[in-house]
Amino acid sequence: MRLIFSALAGALFGAGLFVSGMTDTRKVQGWLDIFGDWDPTLAFVMGGAILPMALAWWVTTRRTASLSGMPFPPRAEPVLDRRLIGGSVLFGLGWGLAGLCPGPAMASLSYGGTGGLVFLAAMIAGMAVSPVLARRLDSSRAAA
Amino acid sequence: MIEQDWIWGLVGGLMIGAGGAVYLLGNGRIMGASGILGGLIDGSGRSTAMERLVFIAALVVTPMILIPLYSVEISTHVTDNWAVLVAAGLAVGVGTRIANGCTSGHGVCGISRLSLRGIAATVTFLVAGGVAMVVFRHMLGVI
Repeated sequence: MRLIFSALAGALFGAGLFVSGMTDTRKVQGWLDIFGDWDPTLAFVMGGAILPMALAWWVTTRRTASLSGMPFPPRAEPVLDRRLIGGSVLFGLGWGLAGLCPGPAMASLSYGGTGGLVFLAAMIAGMAVSPVLARRLDSSRAAA
Repeated sequence: MIEQDWIWGLVGGLMIGAGGAVYLLGNGRIMGASGILGGLIDGSGRSTAMERLVFIAALVVTPMILIPLYSVEISTHVTDNWAVLVAAGLAVGVGTRIANGCTSGHGVCGISRLSLRGIAATVTFLVAGGVAMVVFRHMLGVI
């Protein structure tokens, strides 16, 4: 049952990226480029995606567990740390530079050509080394 | 005047959000692209590897089916500058894992939960993305 939900969620995500045009790096960069030819489409995508998700979060408050019996994810401590902000800065810079974030980067396997593959390979390499970097960050903070 | 692209954006967004709702209410998990893939790469998600793989497979295959169905030219406009792609890919890979989320996890799932961390991360990567455009496009002209 969990695999069916995963497949359905992935399919909706992929179809949504396709329909919304977020597979086009130019639209993403157009949104970020407020001093250029600004394209607000991404705001509609984000707004549209937040609506059903907000409803789903509301449903979780009325139920004890998910349909597959797994508990709902607990709320993280509302703490803003260096990892959250520093990581997001790094992510945002890369996102602007190429116009790709992880979801569309994976979806671009089906249409992104060589460029999409190069980006995806580099992203996976970054993900592979990030636990080591994160440990370094944590230990350097402890030493400081 | 509302442009057609915006309407398609809203419709696609609703579909992405519906996917997140299915993942949350069905599996009790947050639909974050970087977390689902990253957990496979660094081994932290080994116990849920199968559902991660199925999710990614469906994410990749669905546009593949839709593109010929609607016989549209998909133009991704991905740059062919490999140095830019590698630098950007590394930054996105490391950044999303260190921050524990990306546009889907922090952005869509976090904001809709009114999570402080999700909202702060989203504001941060939006501003950084805007700065990237100013620096790399308008000042340096590399993109």
